Amino acid sequence: MSTDSGRFPLRLNIPGAVVEMRHGSGGRSMSQLIEEIFLKHFDNELLRAANDQAAFNVSTGRMVMSTDGYVISPLFFPGGDIGSLSVHGTINDVAMSGARPLYLSAGFILEEGFPMADLEKIVISMAHAAHDASVPIVTGDTKVVNRGKGDGVFITTTGIGIVPHNVMISSEQAQPGDAILVSGTIGDHGIAIMANRENLDFETTIKSDSAALHTLVADMVTAAPAIHCLRDPTRGGLATVLNELAYQSHVGMKLDEQMIPVKPAVQALCELLGLDPLYVACEGRLVCICAQQDASRILEAMRAHPLGSEAAIIGEVIEDTHGFVQMETCFGGNRVVDWLAGEPLPRIC
Amino acid sequence: MKYVDDFRRRDLARALAQTIAREIRPDRIYQLMEFCGGHTHAIFRYGIQNFMPSNVQLIHGPGCPVCVLPMGRIDNAIELARDHKVILCSYGDVLRVPASGRKSLLQARAEGADVRLVYSTLDALKIARENPQRTVVFFAIGFETTTPPTAVAIEQARKENLTNFSVFCNHVLTPPAIHHILETPQVENESKPVNIDGFLGPSHVSSIIGTRPYEFIAEQYHKPVVIAGFEPLDVMYSTLMLVRQINEGRCAIENEYTRVVSSEGNRKAQNRVAEVMELRLEFEWRGLGIVPNSALQIKSAYAEFDAEKRFNLPAVRSSDIKGCACSSILRGVKKPTDCKLFGIVCNPENPMGSCMVSSEGACAAYWSYGRFRQSQVPRSSVT
Repeated sequence: MSTDSGRFPLRLNIPGAVVEMRHGSGGRSMSQLIEEIFLKHFDNELLRAANDQAAFNVSTGRMVMSTDGYVISPLFFPGGDIGSLSVHGTINDVAMSGARPLYLSAGFILEEGFPMADLEKIVISMAHAAHDASVPIVTGDTKVVNRGKGDGVFITTTGIGIVPHNVMISSEQAQPGDAILVSGTIGDHGIAIMANRENLDFETTIKSDSAALHTLVADMVTAAPAIHCLRDPTRGGLATVLNELAYQSHVGMKLDEQMIPVKPAVQALCELLGLDPLYVACEGRLVCICAQQDASRILEAMRAHPLGSEAAIIGEVIEDTHGFVQMETCFGGNRVVDWLAGEPLPRIC
Repeated sequence: MKYVDDFRRRDLARALAQTIAREIRPDRIYQLMEFCGGHTHAIFRYGIQNFMPSNVQLIHGPGCPVCVLPMGRIDNAIELARDHKVILCSYGDVLRVPASGRKSLLQARAEGADVRLVYSTLDALKIARENPQRTVVFFAIGFETTTPPTAVAIEQARKENLTNFSVFCNHVLTPPAIHHILETPQVENESKPVNIDGFLGPSHVSSIIGTRPYEFIAEQYHKPVVIAGFEPLDVMYSTLMLVRQINEGRCAIENEYTRVVSSEGNRKAQNRVAEVMELRLEFEWRGLGIVPNSALQIKSAYAEFDAEKRFNLPAVRSSDIKGCACSSILRGVKKPTDCKLFGIVCNPENPMGSCMVSSEGACAAYWSYGRFRQSQVPRSSVT
């Protein structure tokens, strides 16, 4: 679809306009929205073909596919926004198989009355994130819901990727004796979001860690293809991911709290709010489980990458039919690091 | 963070553990109650029990404000939000506590009630200012620590003539609860009572009330008390101070938390509370039952800010769930793992009794932080 100025006599007045029901009705207004916002910024050959689907050739081998919905509030936060997050998050889900992400799709649910300028800002942010990651958004969809039926904008992205031949990463492969690594400080994203919610007037310099991790994964896989498990600790944080892996692999884990990297500002805010950084979300970190003999090579590869400079070995996989994640605390005692129960809520005193 | 890190040093913990081990008498058991949920949380969060000799036993008391709130009061709060259509504001972890019918404020919110999480009473006042056409109720809970901010909010509301603001007051008092535990150490038809040898006294609460209100514990009941900070080294050093008092046959009110707590407490805060609130003749505590003179209510001079009067809230008496051993656990008669419900039908996702409700409760702490201890002794109920 080439821009045809004759079709739309007036360009979208982005600074003053809001999303209206007609922008999702399938008519001329929707076509204009797609052309002047989505196509303009996501611009790539596959999208420009303007079919109901994107068509492309793939090489033989194992493919992976992942989808994720993004409903974050606030939409804009230090270190990113819902747009960049929706690109990074799905790229990461694909990459946690060791795959090289190829393409993304994006589905938008817009609320009537949402400022067009904010939508464009989000779309530009997605376009930058996709461009920086070299993973184009090749197909998409837009719907508009009545005012009050959405929260501004919801985005769903789907990604596909291709796994290198010698790589077989899966969450049931952790074995007793394996090393547990984390790629950087935990909890940055969750605390950046929390500190920016309207009813919390904290002034912090904490930024979301939102980032696409596929190039980091590629370096790790090159260093040691036999990685057993990879997962990115998003909602529920590091604790939840480790419990999932322990459960799926029928093993236990033993962590050393002193080795888990946490930024002092994140730790401080967690203290104030009565939260545990182990349960606070990340959006640009990964957990890796690998054989002990591969651990130092992988750690070195992680630390050589800008997104893994603070990577650390934080514990080991142990035999335990209960699937408990245990931790030697910084204080020198022991505790269980359990699944998150309910929503993390601040304690009263 | 440097300031708190110093109170979490593992080298000092080891040294303190050695001193405790050296000073305890092997021929006796030391049964020490930490009243506050904050201490319970620290004990499990940092694994303090690993440092204690087996004959130093910590009994986890009822000092968790969310845990002891009776279900009837949460029923009242749900009624306010759902039937009276108020904006109901409260602190974080009270929102998920199940009331009768297993319904929590979070569930009421999911069903359309306007329930909002606030971080301070100032947030609740702000909501009232910004929504003059709506009625706003602050669901006030907590011990003496959270009471002064509630009192200040009521005074501020009067000053600003915020007629759409009121407070549903559920503030409770620490000394009467300790008194109650000492007077009724046994639960009916249960095994024999536990003799508590001493108390680790509250830290934040004492910063407000000072150390004086605990003197009756030493004078009437001849039990030592050490006011202890919430950091793990505070807990360990306070334990050592208690062990020393017990060994020497002393029973004094000692203060380990001198960096915050004075004998007089915070007079200014006490005065603010005294201006707005007065003693309730009795109040129901989840797990303890009716405790005389154990809570505060809003004075009639401030009646227009008292949600109980304004909405004519009914007194809802709720009974604890059958089989729940919380009342024995809070007195140290039973351990969480002795309860038939623990880990089977009662867990932090689905709390049945008070001690499982908040992360500061003894059962929730056992479950979340301590399960591996049980895993070492296989038990069919712990999975």
